Amino acid sequence: MLRVYLDHAATTPVRPEVVEEMLPYFTEKFGNPSSIYRIGWENRSVLDDARDRIAAQLAADSSEIIFTSGGSEADNLAIKGYALANQKRGKHIITTSVEHHAVLDTAKYMEKLGFEVTFLPVDEYGLVSPKQLAEAIRPDTILVSIMYANNEVGTIMPIKELAKVAREARVAFHTDAVQAGGSLSLDVQDLGVDMLSLSAHKFYGPKGVGLLYVRKGIRLDPLIHGGGQERRRRAGTENVPGIVGMAKALELANAEREENMRRITALRDKLILGLRDRIPEIKLNGHPTQRLPNNVNISIKYIEGESLLLNLDMKGIAASSGSACTSGSLEPSHVLLAMGVPHEIAHGSLRLTLGRETTEEEIDYVLAELPPIVEKLRAMSPLYQE
Amino acid sequence: MYSEKVMEHFMNPRHVGEISDADGVGTEGNPVCGDIMRIYLKVDEEDKITDIKFKTFGCGAAIATSDMVCEMVLGKTLDEAMQVTNAVVAEALDGLPPNKMHCSNLAADALHKAIEDLKSRRQKRKAESS
Repeated sequence: MLRVYLDHAATTPVRPEVVEEMLPYFTEKFGNPSSIYRIGWENRSVLDDARDRIAAQLAADSSEIIFTSGGSEADNLAIKGYALANQKRGKHIITTSVEHHAVLDTAKYMEKLGFEVTFLPVDEYGLVSPKQLAEAIRPDTILVSIMYANNEVGTIMPIKELAKVAREARVAFHTDAVQAGGSLSLDVQDLGVDMLSLSAHKFYGPKGVGLLYVRKGIRLDPLIHGGGQERRRRAGTENVPGIVGMAKALELANAEREENMRRITALRDKLILGLRDRIPEIKLNGHPTQRLPNNVNISIKYIEGESLLLNLDMKGIAASSGSACTSGSLEPSHVLLAMGVPHEIAHGSLRLTLGRETTEEEIDYVLAELPPIVEKLRAMSPLYQE
Repeated sequence: MYSEKVMEHFMNPRHVGEISDADGVGTEGNPVCGDIMRIYLKVDEEDKITDIKFKTFGCGAAIATSDMVCEMVLGKTLDEAMQVTNAVVAEALDGLPPNKMHCSNLAADALHKAIEDLKSRRQKRKAESS
């Protein structure tokens, strides 16, 4: 049986080149970068070097990179940190209804702290428009947070245009770019964003490390107080192996990005078209073209996502779903519901996310194995009439 | 996450289907998480269940409990079948994950509805014939 991993939006394996670069920093080069003796200060320069390499990949200045424990912390820092430091200017925040929970739940928490939050609705493709944003900005708006690409349906937001609207209104703009990392350009000058979150394990780096890009002049309150690391914006001894690994992974991802994305887009489209040919009554969720190169998200009518995933797992295929059972709550995916997908159809959603090692053989395997599973589950479904 | 028994009943359910001339049909659903279970049954003159089938839209637990409840009451009398509860079904499957105990463990309720349907059809017939 083939083992087919098609959940790269959840996480990716660490590349061997990345592991190799990280290894010395667990053992012989274990020093604390803040220590004054050789094994310490040597790691200070390793850290500085990793920061420079990462900043170069983002077209940012090294002083604008704050290392974090991952994407969730970066999102939390951007929203809480910015709102708390700038609340004298206003207490209104704008985000969207399809954000990752790291942003959505943070925004809801800010409401508890007395901030007002506007959750912009999306269209059927999961998009918000610059016009919508412009109309939502008020005199007391201080921050906009809109994701670069959606983790569930892969829809790519018009970030450049949205950031421009915020900039013209003199409102700070944060983007959660966790899903875009490795797939889309992360040039912060070109995007025009003030803050950007990344997580290394989405682009073949290690788990437990990420970053927040913060444009010069943007003030943030730290979430974690303690030592003076990260220019006093994030205390805690730096995760040297993780940061070195993230630098290597980001360089590799960006160097191979265009070629990889061309190849993966072709496989993605083969998968979408193949599923459409073989399974009646399915619907592609998200935008047909303005979507991540590796994302396939379909709703399969009359069946439920968890049953589908368990059957796929039996065939060695790892995928994910927006059904209630797999979303970790009783409700199906908030993203699909926000896009106007009916409840029962949201339950039957299937997300397949491709990666750099995905082969055509694997796509053919899925195209062969999925239709009989759907047939079997539909035969069990009281909603299905042949 | 699921016991071997749950996986066995989920992957190879023995009682999937419909009974076109069923004596009773019961549907139970959880509107929040979206599960829908429908049970069809037939009885003989002694009220013994001679045939029982289900159709279910839902997760692994929903399908496995549907199949298990059918297995447990096939050949039993209606009175005995009424004694079978959701908890008993879950136990027969070597347990369910805690988050599934309430949302997907409704098969016995669907069975009881099918039995009620059978009884109300009978009463209707009686009323019509008398």
